[in-house]
Amino acid sequence: MLDVVSWSLSTGVYISQSDKGGLVFGGGLDHYPSYAQRGNLATAIDVVGAVAETYPSFGRVRLLRHWAGIVDIVHDSSPLIGETPLAGLYMNCGWGTGGFKAIPAGGYLLAHHLATGRPHPIAAPFHLDRFRTGALIDEAAGAGIAH
Amino acid sequence: MLLINCPWCGPRDEIEFRCAGQSHIARPGPYDRVSDEEWARYLFYRKNPKGLHSERWLHDVGCRQWFNIARDTRTHEIKVIYAMTDPKPEESTP
Ligand SMILES: [Zn+2]
Repeated sequence: MLDVVSWSLSTGVYISQSDKGGLVFGGGLDHYPSYAQRGNLATAIDVVGAVAETYPSFGRVRLLRHWAGIVDIVHDSSPLIGETPLAGLYMNCGWGTGGFKAIPAGGYLLAHHLATGRPHPIAAPFHLDRFRTGALIDEAAGAGIAH
Repeated sequence: MLLINCPWCGPRDEIEFRCAGQSHIARPGPYDRVSDEEWARYLFYRKNPKGLHSERWLHDVGCRQWFNIARDTRTHEIKVIYAMTDPKPEESTP
């Protein structure tokens, strides 16, 4: 039925079809801090509504299950890679909703830092200190979505 | 879905509101004596408690008034709703 991964910039919802036939879709964040570790109905309605709006025929399929996880979001929608104020403690976090796709590269970059004692040139701008210096990676308010 | 008791409109669904994050953040000053570190803390650093969190909410598509909510981030339970100028409620031991 759907042989590509589709993603909408305006709703932030992505959707693909598994080999078994089920549709896998997601997108959206709670708009307040949460450690409830469950899907929030208001967000689920937003996501399901976006699927039905994009593909009206999908409005007829039944929802089998849904899940949610903690998403670490940074003010400039970009990861934090490198040293922390605590000596010997390094961070590789803040990947938001992009971690699944980008973390192989993220792991390689932090490993380079650990092995050489210096940040990899690609990872250097992602230092926590950017919030003090003002050298933000991406102005979150100016970008439609994190990645 | 939260049912939020707006101080002006009464109980309404969460989708009518907008959460604007941590409340009770004071702007540091005077501006010419604020260090970059202090300014960064003011702009970007926020508490991230697993438990009681005081936050600002706007009744966005209702009366458009601001107020504070003290909410448990583990359960989403709303403990106290109070005015923007009220002090932060005391945290009771769980
Ligand atoms: Zn209201």
